[in-house]
Amino acid sequence: MPVADPTQSAFLELAGISKRYAGVRALEGVDFACERGKIHAVLGENGAGKSTLIKIIAGVVQPDSGRMRLAGSEVSFATPSAANAAGVVCIFQELSLMPDLSVADNISIASPPRRFGLIDAKAQRRRAEELLSEIGCEDVNPLRRVRDLPLSRRQVVEIAKALGKRPQLLILDEATSALTSADVEKVYAMLARLKAAGVAILYISHRMHEVEALADRASVFRNGRHIETFDKGRRSTADIIQLMIGRDIAAQYPPKPARNAAKPVLALENLCWERQLDRISLSIGAGEIVGLGGLDGQGQKSLLLALFGVLRGVTGRLTVADREVRPGSPAAAKSVGIALVPEDRKTEGLMLPMSIADNLAIASLDALSTGPFIDTGRERTAIQRAIARLQIKLDAASDAVSTLSGGNQQKVVLAKWLMTDPRIILLNDPTRGIDVGTKQELYRLMRELADQGAAILFYSTDYDELIGCCDRVVIMYDGRIVRELEGDDLTETNIVASSLNVDTDTAAGAAHA
Amino acid sequence: MLDDIAIRIRQNIGLVTAILLFCALYIFYNAAHPRGFSSAVLVQNGDEIFALAMLAMAQTVPVLMSGLDLSVGAVMTMVGCFASYLLTGAAGGAPLHLDMFGVHLGLGTFPGGVSGILLGIAVCLAIGAAAGFINGCVVVYGRIQPIIATLATGAVYIGIALFLRPTPGGKIDVDLNWALTNSLGDFASTVHIFDDGAAAWFAPFAWIPVPFVLLVLIPLLVWVPFRRSVLGRAVYAIGSAEGAAYMSGLPIERAKIAAFTLAGFFAGCGGLFLAIQTSSGNADIPQAGAYTLNSIASVVIGGTSLLGGTGSAIGSIFGAMVLRVISFFFRIFDIAPLLQPLFEGVILLAAVSIGALGMLRVKNTLELFR
Amino acid sequence: MTAASFSLSRDDRPILIAAAFIVVILVAGTVYTFARFGSAPLLSPAYLLQQLQIGAFLGIVSAGMMIVILIAQIDLSVPWTLAAAAMMATSVGGPLAIPVGLGVGVLVGLVNGVGVAYLRVPSMIFTLGVNAVMRGLMVAHTGGYAPQTGATDLMRMLAGDRTLGIPNALFVWAAVSVLVVVILQRMSLGRYIYAIGNKEAAAYLAGVNTRRVTVVCFVLCGLAAALAGVLLAGYSTKAYQGMGDAYLLPSIAAVVIGGTNILGGRGRYLGTLIGVVLIVLLNSVLSIMEMPEAGRQVIYGLVIIFMLLVYGRGERVTS
Repeated sequence: MPVADPTQSAFLELAGISKRYAGVRALEGVDFACERGKIHAVLGENGAGKSTLIKIIAGVVQPDSGRMRLAGSEVSFATPSAANAAGVVCIFQELSLMPDLSVADNISIASPPRRFGLIDAKAQRRRAEELLSEIGCEDVNPLRRVRDLPLSRRQVVEIAKALGKRPQLLILDEATSALTSADVEKVYAMLARLKAAGVAILYISHRMHEVEALADRASVFRNGRHIETFDKGRRSTADIIQLMIGRDIAAQYPPKPARNAAKPVLALENLCWERQLDRISLSIGAGEIVGLGGLDGQGQKSLLLALFGVLRGVTGRLTVADREVRPGSPAAAKSVGIALVPEDRKTEGLMLPMSIADNLAIASLDALSTGPFIDTGRERTAIQRAIARLQIKLDAASDAVSTLSGGNQQKVVLAKWLMTDPRIILLNDPTRGIDVGTKQELYRLMRELADQGAAILFYSTDYDELIGCCDRVVIMYDGRIVRELEGDDLTETNIVASSLNVDTDTAAGAAHA
Repeated sequence: MLDDIAIRIRQNIGLVTAILLFCALYIFYNAAHPRGFSSAVLVQNGDEIFALAMLAMAQTVPVLMSGLDLSVGAVMTMVGCFASYLLTGAAGGAPLHLDMFGVHLGLGTFPGGVSGILLGIAVCLAIGAAAGFINGCVVVYGRIQPIIATLATGAVYIGIALFLRPTPGGKIDVDLNWALTNSLGDFASTVHIFDDGAAAWFAPFAWIPVPFVLLVLIPLLVWVPFRRSVLGRAVYAIGSAEGAAYMSGLPIERAKIAAFTLAGFFAGCGGLFLAIQTSSGNADIPQAGAYTLNSIASVVIGGTSLLGGTGSAIGSIFGAMVLRVISFFFRIFDIAPLLQPLFEGVILLAAVSIGALGMLRVKNTLELFR
Repeated sequence: MTAASFSLSRDDRPILIAAAFIVVILVAGTVYTFARFGSAPLLSPAYLLQQLQIGAFLGIVSAGMMIVILIAQIDLSVPWTLAAAAMMATSVGGPLAIPVGLGVGVLVGLVNGVGVAYLRVPSMIFTLGVNAVMRGLMVAHTGGYAPQTGATDLMRMLAGDRTLGIPNALFVWAAVSVLVVVILQRMSLGRYIYAIGNKEAAAYLAGVNTRRVTVVCFVLCGLAAALAGVLLAGYSTKAYQGMGDAYLLPSIAAVVIGGTNILGGRGRYLGTLIGVVLIVLLNSVLSIMEMPEAGRQVIYGLVIIFMLLVYGRGERVTS
């Protein structure tokens, strides 16, 4: 097993680290090392042990056994702040910001500048401005509350906060998942600077092209074990994916069937809402998967919410199967056959402490009831069928849904809606933070549902996914649909160009030149 | 710069509204009052406002942490009962003396005079803070929800108050009562400073009621430093996102205990003043409950979110004053006493409902759930 | 699989502990009475039935309170909903007395529900305001004195009489209990209640009409308080000022001692039932011991803290 070059002294070394949660193995005898001045990618499916590894390094959890050495001396961190004090700083996937506090407060939350023992607001603000400009995001006013910022800006603040701790070892856990492409470039530049300054960087991402672009070295984890570490360029993407899932994968995306002109199930005409949706017209036929593309925050999410009855004051015409509808609530949308897999499965998709069965049945209880009473026999059958159909991996349906892995949780959200037999399925970035294996299952399922006659509107921040899965992709820019791509036009170059709302030919020319 | 001001106003819109509402109501009240804008009216209002304002501040601290303290009224009552023993001014005073199942507890002699009174005040405030500290410990180390933990400790504190004063009674030093519940001039002449309050430079300030001075001093000396301390900001951080606060390495447990201790201290201030003002201790359970509930109402009117994370104790003071001024109106508008409870309820409901009308304008209904 | 089905769920633990504590109270009380009076009234069925008859009013209030707590709200308007229902029932009198009394409860519940669900005012503050309004209305209605009107025969029969030696009030309490259990376990409404208590946004996005469910919960709570008021008026043959004041905090305490999470979403009705019995018996023992009000308050508070400490404490927040 090729491990990091032993002649070069590693900055962080783990030896024989093991961790179990309630008897379930999360990490088993892991040896791992990373060096200063290198970006080191950590790859693996969800549940492979990456998050546990990071949590141990960052002092959030303690290992059951094993040793950890930092810059040659043995360490063990009891808390995240102890890790911070030693120069180990982590940007977590779940944002660690306090939404009601200002940007400046958040950035200096752990060790604010003080005068006479009290927090010095002016110095704190200066510090925030400096750090934000270090990333190239001076447009964020440090006085603003984090709550009022869009998700992508919050992620920027999160990064500034980590930078402020002057890390020796910086860990990024899916830290770019919510960033706009413009910000991603800035973050890449910042990482390059940190690398040049000799900071060790651990980088976790499910986006393969990001890993390819950034990492000097990569380690693959599977089932709590460290499988392999290799330098950049030694392994192809296909090899890496195979290492991650431990088996061959046939095709990443299911084949697209030839399109036949189906009559539209969902048609929108001049849909407007506030300043975020601007005369949207679109129709989706039965059996069609339509992608929503574009930069983050161009109105894609609002469009899905508008169709699902969440937004008030939507104008325009909306027809479902030739009948004009105007859903005023998700309940009304559900009754005309619309389903939505929401953005955040943990707070919007699931009641985490409730059982898997309860979560699955919640949307279809009306259909499973006789009068006001639940028909428990029918309910049980329907739940079992849903679990089997999506191959949700679980011990018992009565377990809390929070005990499932992220991918399986997302399957529960989808299964909940499939139990209602929807005609129209709206998906809001359903594969965000989900492992490769489950992603592929979801792609197959989407195609299967489309083949059975569902109309699917699919928003994703991953262009690969849009190209691989969708029959058609509409690109949104500033609340409008600016371009519709189909067939051979459906290429990454075209998507990127349309997302920036520049002339496609110019962009294509630039790409060819 | 203008941008900054706009952001600050938008972020403190609750506080601004409460201040404007209070000013409007209070000016209107004074205009309608036959002796409006006079020192006498101000003094009377100050006395009536002070205890609730303190309890509103007390309630704010746990609420900012997205907890509630249902024991503030009980702490106030208990401290008041202690005060009725400790602030008699006479040496030995009425020795604290309890009968319980035939067991007699005596607190020995207590120093008299000014030093005795100052010591008594310190002891009373310490008792309030200690009660809050116990609340904090039950919440942090017992890991019990604040609302239910303080419901329970509140019963204990009321019980202690009842042991102390099964029936209303006790006596507070007359000078102390006079000095603290009147104007600055009366204060000066009672404690013999500024030529007994006759100093020329002092004259322009002599009309200011002492309670109002305290209402400025206590927040300035206690709340403002707390808010700007690391612990104070940790309180806001916990109310905003406790998990994130933990991940950021904030001293969560210490901040929670500090928040409840501070709440106990403010409630103690309220209890102390109430006892001084009424010259007695009274373990009045309905009154304790009413003060607790009104403190919550004050916090909400003052622009602090019950979900935690945003707001300030200053807003709550104005919330309490709004609530009290509303009841003053009954006196000048000759509303039948029988109708007063109804009006109070309707006005409270109207206030919170108007504040909530913005909810009907929310365009993204998901925002309603955060 | 079989091992798992025998292990205790985390909802069962508080119920068993509370039940065990009831036994402790009975034993301790009996030891005391035996030593002091040489008798054991706590073990006599007649005495227990009489205590439970008084407990029925608290039990009915708690049933409604539990439903509201399960959706992560609270109803502080219970005291004057109860009193208003009793006063209106006695002042209307005749066959309409009970329907009018219950109607008051439904109406208050509707107002609470609309304020909380549609205006989204925190229930803590809205129901507090409604309580003040109801108190104001009743003070205005009665002139602040004890109403002179009395309870109807039917009210007295339901609350005070016995059938087959068992107080009728216990039958009413049992009927309410069955209804609540059916709602929570067998009806989709129950599932929605738990869902809203756990994550309202997720329930809303699952197509649950969360606002309607919230209103229904408050109506049920108002109805329960009103029913308790009507019965209490029947039991004491008249309505009186402040008759509901003694029911607010004990009902919340009973629900919580029964293992229901005060933050909503978790709890079983059996627990609430046992919580009520615990509080009722605790009160009985304290009365027998001639405990002064001060001591009662202290013991009351300590018992709540003690029970919650024993139940296993909430999870520490780490992520």
